[in-house]
Amino acid sequence: MKSWLTPRNAFVTALMIVLALLPVYSALTGNTFMVTLFTRILILAIAAVSLNLIMGFGGMVSFGHAAYLGIGGYVVGILAKEGINSGFVQWPLALVLSGLFALAVGALSLRTRGVYFIMITLAFAQMVYYIANGLDRYGGDDGLTIQRRSDFGGLINLSNRTVFYYLCLVLLMATVYFVWRMVNSRFGLVIQGARSNERRMRAIGFPTFRYKLTCFVIAGVLCGLSGVLLANHTNFISPALMHWTRSGDLIVMAVLGGMGTVFGPVIGAVALLVLEEALPHLMGLASYLATGKEVAAAKEYWQLILGPMMLLIVIYARGGIEGLISGRRRG
Amino acid sequence: MLYLLEQSLNGIQLGMLLFLLAAGLTLIFGIMDFVNLAHGSLYMLGAYFAATFVGLTDSFLAGIALGLVATFFAGIVLEVIAIRPLYGRDHLDHVLGTFGLLIFFNELVRLIWGPAGLTISLPSQMLTAVQVIPGIYYPIYRLVTIGATLTVALLLYILVMRTRVGMLIRAGASNREMVGALGVNIKLLYTLVFGLGAALAGFAGMMQAPLAFVQIGMGENILILAFVVIIIGGIGSIRGAFVAAIIVGLIDTMGRAFLPDLVRTFLSYSAGSSAGPALSSMLIYTLMALVLIFRPEGLFPASSK
Repeated sequence: MKSWLTPRNAFVTALMIVLALLPVYSALTGNTFMVTLFTRILILAIAAVSLNLIMGFGGMVSFGHAAYLGIGGYVVGILAKEGINSGFVQWPLALVLSGLFALAVGALSLRTRGVYFIMITLAFAQMVYYIANGLDRYGGDDGLTIQRRSDFGGLINLSNRTVFYYLCLVLLMATVYFVWRMVNSRFGLVIQGARSNERRMRAIGFPTFRYKLTCFVIAGVLCGLSGVLLANHTNFISPALMHWTRSGDLIVMAVLGGMGTVFGPVIGAVALLVLEEALPHLMGLASYLATGKEVAAAKEYWQLILGPMMLLIVIYARGGIEGLISGRRRG
Repeated sequence: MLYLLEQSLNGIQLGMLLFLLAAGLTLIFGIMDFVNLAHGSLYMLGAYFAATFVGLTDSFLAGIALGLVATFFAGIVLEVIAIRPLYGRDHLDHVLGTFGLLIFFNELVRLIWGPAGLTISLPSQMLTAVQVIPGIYYPIYRLVTIGATLTVALLLYILVMRTRVGMLIRAGASNREMVGALGVNIKLLYTLVFGLGAALAGFAGMMQAPLAFVQIGMGENILILAFVVIIIGGIGSIRGAFVAAIIVGLIDTMGRAFLPDLVRTFLSYSAGSSAGPALSSMLIYTLMALVLIFRPEGLFPASSK
């Protein structure tokens, strides 16, 4: 029996406790910004976990994953604009459409591999991006404000900040659990087998295409859920939701956290988004320590640090943060 | 009819621009097997360099020339510091690392040149329009761009197909270990190819700068188009990049020019103005998807592979 008390598990547990208690901290200190920030983190973590399902376990590097964020978000936004606020209509429809889109994209793009796969998924995401740009009735490239969040009758009130936070947390944990169960099932092993050697998997009789396509669709649906939540969180949708750099961000989260495990992308999402918030302050502090007074410019140019950091992580820390903690390395 | 001709010229001009970007990308991909998302940043850097040097020297040509040299060396420095450790890694690492570089360059440009953006003013003799055929006036500068790019394409063809360096480049693309074993300094070759690609991208940025605005992130959307071009043309093939660039340029321009009217004949007027541009952008990606489905290696697969 393997010991469960590893540094990695301790870290994950600590992170979970922090996530679970965050609204309590925020209620005590009155710092609502933290809850808003972390709701966003949880939502994007769902997207990153879903991307990692196909990328980390299936070896399908999708550079168009933000498209599902957009589809999920736009279904909520468009229905809300047309006066249909019921979450019982909005949410299932968003998930079904995300799944259908993933089915179409996957059926076509899974015929290609390597960089061609990266580019064709990007191409499909760009198509959706331009469609959204052309939807004049729903704001075109300016985007659309959502007047009311999804309405679940008396069941759950999404407008309550704390309730919404815990909903996102529960959905994230459910996603992680679901993906964890899946990758350890027979299905998941086929997917992972196809990543390491697809020809061999086919030779022993697995129709890998069907398995990979199913996996691709599941990831699409999960990311669509993330889009639904994101639209409800920001009360706003715009094509920027699925700009290709957003897909890049999701890849960064997955790789930064560690692609080898289901929980890695959650760590990655927390790390990247917290870093984005904290870097300006850290740079301000550094400039203060270096020069004796705070240089305003240092705070502004935090991306000068973020970009090279990403490069360094790619070059030196291939297992991501997960790998650093558990001492495991990818590839 | 005249409008059609004018739009074709615009399409070819866009195609030429895309070719400059795609040629560098496809060289870098074909030879080093490297996916470079930071290529658009070099396009942006080229435009900023040129804008600065044109301002300093008060001469358009001198500014362009200095800008080219600067972008070439920027490319070389970038390759030595950041790109070299990534060779031989999988494509995901390339995408991620160069995505970081892209963020870095956007911020660096903002730090150096400020957030406002720049313009390049053309010399007065390029501002006029010239009668191409009776009844059609076309801006001289756009014609100059087409001519300059065609010249560059020709020079590139001669360089790759007819010179010793070009032979090494082609050899490196088909079997890098063998070329290295024969005593060729493959590292230097890679660096030079990257510098060449950077200069081509920078040149594209400079040529486009007087027509558009020099601004942060200007290379991002056009980079994606350039990727589409090399996928359609076949990765690693310069000839394919050339043909695909013209196809994509023409489709994009024609779509923008004619689709809105076409939509209007079926739907309402406003539907045309809003759906038209979106549809024409989609056309390109649809074409790419079709090419990938039916000819996954692109229209002109590089013969070496």
